[in-house]
Amino acid sequence: MKSVVQKVVLVLTTLWLSVPFAFAAGAGGAAPIVIVADSRKLTGVMAWWANLYNESHVYFTICTVILIPVIGVLFGVLADIVMHFIGIDLKSRELSEH
Amino acid sequence: MDWLYILMPIAGVKIFWPGLIILGIGVGIIGGFFGMGGAWMVTPGLNILGFPMAFAIGTDIAHMAGKSLISTMRHGKFGNVDYKLGCIMIIGTVAGFEIGAQMIMWLERIGIVGPVVRWMYLVLLALIAWMVFHDVAVKRRKEREAVAAGKEVDKLATGIEWHKTFHKIKIPPMVHLKVAGIYCSAWLPITVSFFTGWLAGILGIGGGLIRMPALIYLVGCPTHVAVGTDLFEVMISGLYGAASYTFKGRVELVAAIVMLVGAAMGAQVGSVATKYIKGYGIRIAFGLAVVGCLISVLLKLIPNYFPAAYHVCDVIATVLILGLVAAMSVYITVKMVQGAKQEIAAKKGRV
Repeated sequence: MKSVVQKVVLVLTTLWLSVPFAFAAGAGGAAPIVIVADSRKLTGVMAWWANLYNESHVYFTICTVILIPVIGVLFGVLADIVMHFIGIDLKSRELSEH
Repeated sequence: MDWLYILMPIAGVKIFWPGLIILGIGVGIIGGFFGMGGAWMVTPGLNILGFPMAFAIGTDIAHMAGKSLISTMRHGKFGNVDYKLGCIMIIGTVAGFEIGAQMIMWLERIGIVGPVVRWMYLVLLALIAWMVFHDVAVKRRKEREAVAAGKEVDKLATGIEWHKTFHKIKIPPMVHLKVAGIYCSAWLPITVSFFTGWLAGILGIGGGLIRMPALIYLVGCPTHVAVGTDLFEVMISGLYGAASYTFKGRVELVAAIVMLVGAAMGAQVGSVATKYIKGYGIRIAFGLAVVGCLISVLLKLIPNYFPAAYHVCDVIATVLILGLVAAMSVYITVKMVQGAKQEIAAKKGRV
């Protein structure tokens, strides 16, 4: 059982690491990775963000993956309110064609 | 005018932020309308604004996840998303994508990745464009024949009906996809998503450009459901890609958020516009977008054979892509505003 789990983890890690090669394929060779962000010219939130990146890529990734959908939902709800205010029906659509 | 530029904390480059918002609006409109991530528009756009290519790809994928979420929410409310179909397709998409990614590494090792990818992309785009316009031509022919025979024209009729043949294959387990109105073998969406995922993995794109027509012509989804369900897929693959790219330090979240401000507005316009533009209107506009993309890829291939033409081709390709994004965005926005006006006027008339 343990070896099966190890194999699954190995395969998933390999697949995870291979994704950027695929995404970069359409755009030619991949550029070098930024290991350390230069936070000397930054202040406030921006400096905190760059430092977070420098301190831990894992935390930085987790924050990014959480922030993207949260911001998406926020903007989506905000736009819902605006559309509703304008008077557009957002709950039904006539099927006009296949 | 220094305030118009923002220093990106990870990439360390100064970027003209209103440009990011404009790009976000454009791609939000087109993505929400066609059901695609729009990497073929955003990546060169970000590159023009000053991002190194690796950051352009990563940032594009990160913003794509957020934008697709907004569009999926909107399409979901219209009943355009078949979540069951989307979840079934994830299996095939992920497996296909990873095999495509492995193939790319193999092609890289033998040194032919560039030409293979570009020519494959070109052939695929040509095929999609042919499929869309052939479908439109067949539908029109059917309409003409119905009129000539004195029959009533079926408004729900379609041109190409390959999906009917695929629906006859009854390999268990069979699934009933209520939103799409399809009863077929579960292997059909899995197989289709496997191939679209494989192609997306090889070509290095999100896959919306391939999946949307595949959902229509092979699985048999109505156009609106194909758009909504595809966005659901783009959202999931976008989040996965964003996590992977962020871990490798290739995502500029600040830029992605600025783009999301514009994309949030654009995605609403694009998604709501599908309410007012008929299914075949979406297909024709999609076909034109594919033709534009095809020409831009062709222009990028020419310098491989005529290096002297590099700058000319590069400028023409950039102008073409940005012009196409602008023209499509304006068309969709105008249609959305016209439709919304009519709807509001009709509501007031009833009251």
